[in-house]
Amino acid sequence: MTVPEPPDASGLRADRVSRRAGGRLVVDGVTLAPRPAETVGLLGPNGSGKSTLLRLLAGVLRPSAGVVTLDGSPLTGLGRRTAARRVATVEQHAHTQTELTVRDVVALGRVPHRRPWSPVSPEDARAVAAALDRTGLTDRAGQSWHTLSGGERQRAQIARALAQEPRELLLDEPTNHLDVQHQLDLLELVVSLPVTTVVALHDLNLAAMYCDRVLVLREGRAVAGGAPGDVLTPDLIETVYGVRAEVTDGPGHPVIRFLRRSPRPVTPSG
Amino acid sequence: MTGIRTPLLTAAGLAALAVSVAVAVTIGPADISTADVWSSVAAHLGLGESGLAPLRDGIVWDLRMPRTLLAAVCGAGLALCGAVMQSLLRNPLADPFVLGVSSGASTGAVAVIVLGVGGGAVSLSAGAFLGALLSFGLVLLLSHTLGGSVDRVVLAGVAAMQLFSALTSLTVLTSADAETTRGVMFWLLGSLTGADWADVLLCAGILVAVLVVCLAHSATLDAFTFGEEAAASLGVRVARARLVLLCATALLTAALVSCAGAIGFVGLVLPHATRALTGAAHARLLPVTVLTGAVFLVWVDTLARTVLDPQEIPVGVVTSLIGVPAFVVVLYRGRRPA
Repeated sequence: MTVPEPPDASGLRADRVSRRAGGRLVVDGVTLAPRPAETVGLLGPNGSGKSTLLRLLAGVLRPSAGVVTLDGSPLTGLGRRTAARRVATVEQHAHTQTELTVRDVVALGRVPHRRPWSPVSPEDARAVAAALDRTGLTDRAGQSWHTLSGGERQRAQIARALAQEPRELLLDEPTNHLDVQHQLDLLELVVSLPVTTVVALHDLNLAAMYCDRVLVLREGRAVAGGAPGDVLTPDLIETVYGVRAEVTDGPGHPVIRFLRRSPRPVTPSG
Repeated sequence: MTGIRTPLLTAAGLAALAVSVAVAVTIGPADISTADVWSSVAAHLGLGESGLAPLRDGIVWDLRMPRTLLAAVCGAGLALCGAVMQSLLRNPLADPFVLGVSSGASTGAVAVIVLGVGGGAVSLSAGAFLGALLSFGLVLLLSHTLGGSVDRVVLAGVAAMQLFSALTSLTVLTSADAETTRGVMFWLLGSLTGADWADVLLCAGILVAVLVVCLAHSATLDAFTFGEEAAASLGVRVARARLVLLCATALLTAALVSCAGAIGFVGLVLPHATRALTGAAHARLLPVTVLTGAVFLVWVDTLARTVLDPQEIPVGVVTSLIGVPAFVVVLYRGRRPA
């Protein structure tokens, strides 16, 4: 099953892509075609192929079969720099030992736009300032990256991605190391951005709250796709994740409650 | 951008380097003034007559000048290679010798000095250069078959370093007499004693070429800050960039080591000290670290040849004796609040 395709081939799309690693298909014939400016959630248990699919979409990995296209042209034929000016990636955990400022980190987003020997252009400076502003980090620009909290670091990475001025943004479990407040803040920021977003998420409720559509992967294959309310049913959750859940209607999106495997033991009173 | 602008910093560094060279040449057992230096240099560049006696002129032009300039070139090149290695391998402990280049060079040099490989037709420098390239080739091959990621490159470098160090020790222990051993030791620790104009021109030529390559890759090196995957998603062709930069820095390191031995510490510490001044962006870091490395080694070599006069200390020993306390100060001042 696949997420329905838009009528034309604009934007980033994966067409029946597979990726083989260590003799096994990590991604197996997945088709994904986000509509412009929507947020698509990639769901599935650990090892279901979410990260690999994102790397295929970013063009960092080549598909073993199938094709990823950008406005109809194969991504692998476009050249890395051209691809990086359109598609930006935020990994789940960015790490460096280098001492650098938040502004330095955001300025990395200009790398695909810069030619060798050219100094920082006014256009570069403007894009960095806009990205800092959009993510609320302008006041922190001069601060050391290492002094930021986990949530701020992820925001700085999103600012770096925005400085690339992409039309497609890929995020791999960006909320993994964050507390609940920063998880919500981060996803509020992501869905407010004027870009097409594909985000891998572990938390089904966050996916239900923030994604326009979701694609559920299991062992590399797409097993369900569509609006969260249509896809995230107790049956699907039990099939894919092996857990029992109740799904109720929430404020505009479904709410998922997981159930204990065994009934709560009755505690003797008194 | 905060702080001092790159052109200003570069100009200041160039001025400091010119003054350092001019002053360092005047220092030594023979009493030579700055005016003597100028007149000798001017005469050799065809700008007038040198009023100096041939002996004094020879001391300036044939001994101290090439030695001081080779110190500058070595300092510059080692600092450049260290900075690039640290960024490319994402390892603050990386230095120009991490890929086994210096160990291979020492094996090559020892093979020439001790075993007489090449039958006198191959100079020490040429033997060292060939040994360095052989070692680097082995590291590339090994790291490629291991998968090519940066940690594999580092591990392959460590393996090559150990192998060639063992070969060098074995050769020296089994075949060399006391006098040869002393000569080999001096070279292994790094020494600018034998500098001549041919060394200076060769190393300076390679330095300029490699500096151009590295500066052209400065944005690419920035992109490696968060790892190779992040660099790839910023549009860097990772495997190609890594190969070009590793080969360029290995070539420069091989040339420097074959002329002056493995002068330690400069390539490890000067890039860190310079980063504290310029920040991490390579378009700023690389030109400035080339100049700080050059100035540093000019002065360290001046100390090495004068402080225990008439005995000379290997310059590699002095770089560490001076560099370690300086490095501790840099680390201390740059420490982050816990």
